[in-house]
Amino acid sequence: MSLAAKEKWRKRIVAFLRTVLLIGIAYVILQPLFYRLSTALMSIEDLYDQSVRWIPRKPTLRNFRLMWEHMEYPIAFARSFFLAALTSVLQLFTCSMVGYGLARFKFPGSSIIFGLAIFTLMIPPQLIMTPSYLNFRFFDFFGLLRGKPLNLTGTYWPFILMSLTCTGFRCGLYIFIMRQFFRGMPKELEEAAYIDGAGPLTTFWRVMIPGAIPGLITTFLFSFVWQWNDYLYVTTFMAGRNCLPQALEGAASRVAKAIDEADALASTSGFLDDHFYSLINNAGMLMVIVPLLILYIFLQRYFVESVERTGIVG
Amino acid sequence: MKRKRRPMSFSRRQKLAGFLFTVPFLLGFIFLFAVPFYQAVVISFSELVLTPQTFELQPKGWANYGYALQVHPEFSKTFTEVMVKLATELPMIIGFSFFAATILNSDFRGRSIVRTLFFLPVILGAGVVLKMEVNDYAQIMVTHLAEGAPFFGGAAVRGFFAAARFPAGMVDYVIDAIQALPTVIRPSGVQILIFLAGLQSISKEVYEAASVEGATGWERFWLITFPMMSPLILVNVIYTVIDSFTAMNNELVVLIRETMLRGAGYGVSMAMAMIYFVAIGLVLLAVFGLLSRRVFYHV
Repeated sequence: MSLAAKEKWRKRIVAFLRTVLLIGIAYVILQPLFYRLSTALMSIEDLYDQSVRWIPRKPTLRNFRLMWEHMEYPIAFARSFFLAALTSVLQLFTCSMVGYGLARFKFPGSSIIFGLAIFTLMIPPQLIMTPSYLNFRFFDFFGLLRGKPLNLTGTYWPFILMSLTCTGFRCGLYIFIMRQFFRGMPKELEEAAYIDGAGPLTTFWRVMIPGAIPGLITTFLFSFVWQWNDYLYVTTFMAGRNCLPQALEGAASRVAKAIDEADALASTSGFLDDHFYSLINNAGMLMVIVPLLILYIFLQRYFVESVERTGIVG
Repeated sequence: MKRKRRPMSFSRRQKLAGFLFTVPFLLGFIFLFAVPFYQAVVISFSELVLTPQTFELQPKGWANYGYALQVHPEFSKTFTEVMVKLATELPMIIGFSFFAATILNSDFRGRSIVRTLFFLPVILGAGVVLKMEVNDYAQIMVTHLAEGAPFFGGAAVRGFFAAARFPAGMVDYVIDAIQALPTVIRPSGVQILIFLAGLQSISKEVYEAASVEGATGWERFWLITFPMMSPLILVNVIYTVIDSFTAMNNELVVLIRETMLRGAGYGVSMAMAMIYFVAIGLVLLAVFGLLSRRVFYHV
């Protein structure tokens, strides 16, 4: 065999092995999604039927309908969407500002500030959750406000305040990403702007921000997704208000209760067990995930590209 | 006579501007991070009593810590389990994400689709869904069945390797690693991204020069790729430690929350969180000390 033919075969074998491997990994990644979809579409009989594996024999949308109603899906969705959009836009704004300040200006203490931003990432949020809750529950601007303390829990204010000051969930990471991104941008742009007489703020707003769109999209996606999925912050600061996480958590028992009340005499025992919870919970989880999937499909191109180009590492 | 103010020099103005850009974070760090952190320390040494109007703290000294470590039935056990789990999973996650990034960095058809797929867990594997998953009955059943299946963990496989005189510990580790693949692949999304970004930043010329000098693929990997990636290995190790320590399905996180809401109360829960935080700090320090000397920094 000639050398060229050998090389060709070698390449083919590598390509084949790679394909097999990638399919395997893709399966592992997609399996929970498929599993969730298949379970959510099952009727209770299908789940008990040992011969039913992936494809439900009696597919039904009942689980989705039940969850839609008992999660109060439209309201919970609107709240979650508003919250995630609000925090991610605010965080995008402030974190890119801080990131820019750290990327392009050398001033005394700038490296310490950067270190502090990374430090905030290393603290488990659970640690400061209780005191933060108390501070927002009895909010008096840390002693600056006279009179009766305000109760900010159950409103969007804790989230607004944390986003405005880059101390929300994983904000340190966003500062880091934006800093790396700005550092990767050519200096000439700014120099030209300064020569034309623009101040730092104008330069940031008119020159740097438009050039950093891919980085901003990455940060936005991270921020939106993590806020959307977040359980800890929402349940702590929004207790009593139904966003998607609380709705999802509480819905199963409400469904069970409703069925029980409507149908007290029928054989409901089978409907209240763990299997049934599993069915409707999987439907609910899908309903939480799907909006994110749609968002990701639209934005993934920018996301992957920007992270690769300079993104996280720079 | 009024003294005329000299205009600030350009460099001083730039310094001031840079500082002003970071002011939002500084304010947040002081008021919404440092203050609560300090309060958390205080609470961990006291008993918190909530009243409708305000809250009170009664100092208790080290009692909460003593309770968490010696009296609480689950804390020490869960703590050890979480640590052991991290120690086993960390090398696997780093290894896998490095490997995956290398594959994704090579050129093949359908690459962009595969990439989109690989980062999907970043989107899906977080927060509330992760938390619900832990309690999902049907899923528990499925995993349980899979574990019992004689696919790879069977006695025959173990016997075969034992007969071939492989050390039992190593065989167990490899078998466990294969069975844990899903739990390794799913939390690797961000790490793959970081490695991939690093791989793309190595310039092609370096490889070309090495090839001209006659380096084999193996040598190119160990002498170029690996040293160039070593800072990112450090970054990824730290990220993985933090991510796994703060994940919603981490048993210790669940326990701390349960203790706060339904168990021994705020004080003990905060004491647990403090012990946990110090442990994380120590782990990170150890990792940092161990790795940073071996890291190669490109000048």
